Amino acid sequence: MTATLTRGAERIHAAFDRAKEEGRAAFMPFMTAGYPSAEEFPAVVDTLLAHADLLEVGIPYSDPLGDGPTVQRASEQALAGGTSTRRTLALVKDLRERHDTPIVVMTYVNPIYAVGPREFMRLCKDAGVDGLILPDLPPDQDLEIADLAAEHGLAVTFLIAPTSTPGRVRLVADACTGFLYAVSVTGVTGAREGSALGEVPAMLALAREHARVPVAVGFGVKDAATAHQVARVADGVVVGSAFINAVREGQDVGTLAASIAEGCRR
Amino acid sequence: MSLTLPSYPQPDGRGRYGRFGGRYVPETLIPALDELEAAYQAAKADPAFLNELGRLFKEFVGRPSPLYLAQRLTDHAGGAKIYLKREDFNYTGAHKINNCLAQALLAVRMGKRRVIAETGAGQHGVASATAAALLGLDCVVYMGAEDIRRQALNVFRMRLLGAEVREVTSGTSTLKDATNEAIRDWVTNVRDTFYILGSVVGPHPYPAMVRDFQAVIGEEVKVQLQVVEGRSAPDAIVACVGGGSNAIGIFAPYAYLPEGERPRLIGTEAAGEGVESGRHAASMAGGRVGVLHGSMMYLLNDDEGQIVPPHSISAGLDYPGIGPEHCHYSETGVAEYVPVTDAQALEALQLLTRLEGIIPALESAHAVYHAVRLAQELGPEGVIVVNLSGRGDKDVAEVMRLLEMERDQDLLDKDVERVIEEVVA
Repeated sequence: MTATLTRGAERIHAAFDRAKEEGRAAFMPFMTAGYPSAEEFPAVVDTLLAHADLLEVGIPYSDPLGDGPTVQRASEQALAGGTSTRRTLALVKDLRERHDTPIVVMTYVNPIYAVGPREFMRLCKDAGVDGLILPDLPPDQDLEIADLAAEHGLAVTFLIAPTSTPGRVRLVADACTGFLYAVSVTGVTGAREGSALGEVPAMLALAREHARVPVAVGFGVKDAATAHQVARVADGVVVGSAFINAVREGQDVGTLAASIAEGCRR
Repeated sequence: MSLTLPSYPQPDGRGRYGRFGGRYVPETLIPALDELEAAYQAAKADPAFLNELGRLFKEFVGRPSPLYLAQRLTDHAGGAKIYLKREDFNYTGAHKINNCLAQALLAVRMGKRRVIAETGAGQHGVASATAAALLGLDCVVYMGAEDIRRQALNVFRMRLLGAEVREVTSGTSTLKDATNEAIRDWVTNVRDTFYILGSVVGPHPYPAMVRDFQAVIGEEVKVQLQVVEGRSAPDAIVACVGGGSNAIGIFAPYAYLPEGERPRLIGTEAAGEGVESGRHAASMAGGRVGVLHGSMMYLLNDDEGQIVPPHSISAGLDYPGIGPEHCHYSETGVAEYVPVTDAQALEALQLLTRLEGIIPALESAHAVYHAVRLAQELGPEGVIVVNLSGRGDKDVAEVMRLLEMERDQDLLDKDVERVIEEVVA
């Protein structure tokens, strides 16, 4: 299936292209919507956006299967503060008024079903979302979601892992219209001790054979050094838990973002 | 005993029961699920595997479990004959052991020496730890902090059996969170770990595999009922449903019969303090279609998709979803699902205990309650089989607390904690 390029996909590809022209992997920070609170979230994201090529915003979810303790706790805090699915999209809409950077929304699939797939996509489009990342939706599980996303001008991103067989990589890569998300390790999100990126090169080689979209790597990228390791082989670098940790511990998010953005230089 | 594992027309090739089921999991797990499915299909056709499982069912679990005519309960209800399928006789006290032994054998066959499991009340955790001890496997059981507090004895049993019990403090610190944590462990250690999932939920092939391993319950009933009633199918079968594994085990062997030959299949959901109260675990009556733990099913969640914590007097029914095959049965009219409240289950537990000398698990008491009502409806010509999925030993302390007897529950907990500290330290 070859989807016609949606507006969201075009904007996402352009951001990757710009970074590439400047000799960088695209830097894509992640932040849980409504973290540390709905009031403080915009300022945190403004700081990240000063250094970002794209932004990933996570819809807080009660049961985030693919996430480690950092994102889980951030989600719990955001939910407790009243940020759920619709509120996330309202927060993104506010960001859109100040920023033109492509924004992708990471969501587990249940909130999409609960809101209703068509209504969910309408809200995303209305909020100025460019694409979706779907961590618990293998593309062969639901064809309607990708079609509805395309109908609303949104790109979709699915994930591959070090365990993915060539056949699965092909299937997943074919379904991605924004970028392909390669998970660096068998595991969940979160900054890890040491460096566990040994499986990335082989996975990337496989991904490149099949992907017609940029390939970004995430999970366990936490600082300039690990970002640099990934930037050498990937088109994009996703960093999430490290920023949540920084917010939680009251560290300077801007300094960390600047140093990781620097690490994305090849 | 010679064992055959059944082959049913559901799920389809994509692991779907109508629109339910599927594999909504991180991509990391897809190859592992493929591997599991292939290993399961091979085991199912391997006489060595079937013989070993059959032997363990007989010699270790004590199968077949009796089919018992509850005469005094029947007289009390004043209608149809009520038979009890005595899964409470099984070693470790419930139907859970059937599935655990089978999956642990499969783990051995696949060369995985480390098994993990989730548990709520501790029944599935104890059964998993038991199977792991029997087969010499390393075992980690994930259990919510809240459940650990409530089920200190089962925690101790698991540790005694050599399992590591890991406390889960995320989310609501209960079964659904323990399941999340087990899946996260599996995603992380997928290459050398086998996940023993405890119910007919989760991503394909789990709902089908767990059903097949539990179907021994219904297959035995067919044979046993033929002997006592001269027919293999009763008029109705009643079983409690949380995730739904004991119910599927007794329903499935009858569910695919033509409509005229099929008994009424009735699942009793835990309605807690009432479906209207919002404090219940009745996914069918009070939920909507959604996705949790890799499967599309009826689910307790709000209109933004956040999972609503379930409530039930019985920890084993305290699950926010219900197996996809049950959802499909419900949608196609193959089975009906009725809510039974905490108070009704407690009443039925006391009734069965007084009339028959059988203390059922609080879970199973939900089914007993409905069977008594149904017996009146069916009249004296009718025959009902109730799946008595587990024994009530684990619930006695809770029942005591609920019935406000003298003994101070806090004291009891403290005693147990003290003993554990002394022994485990």
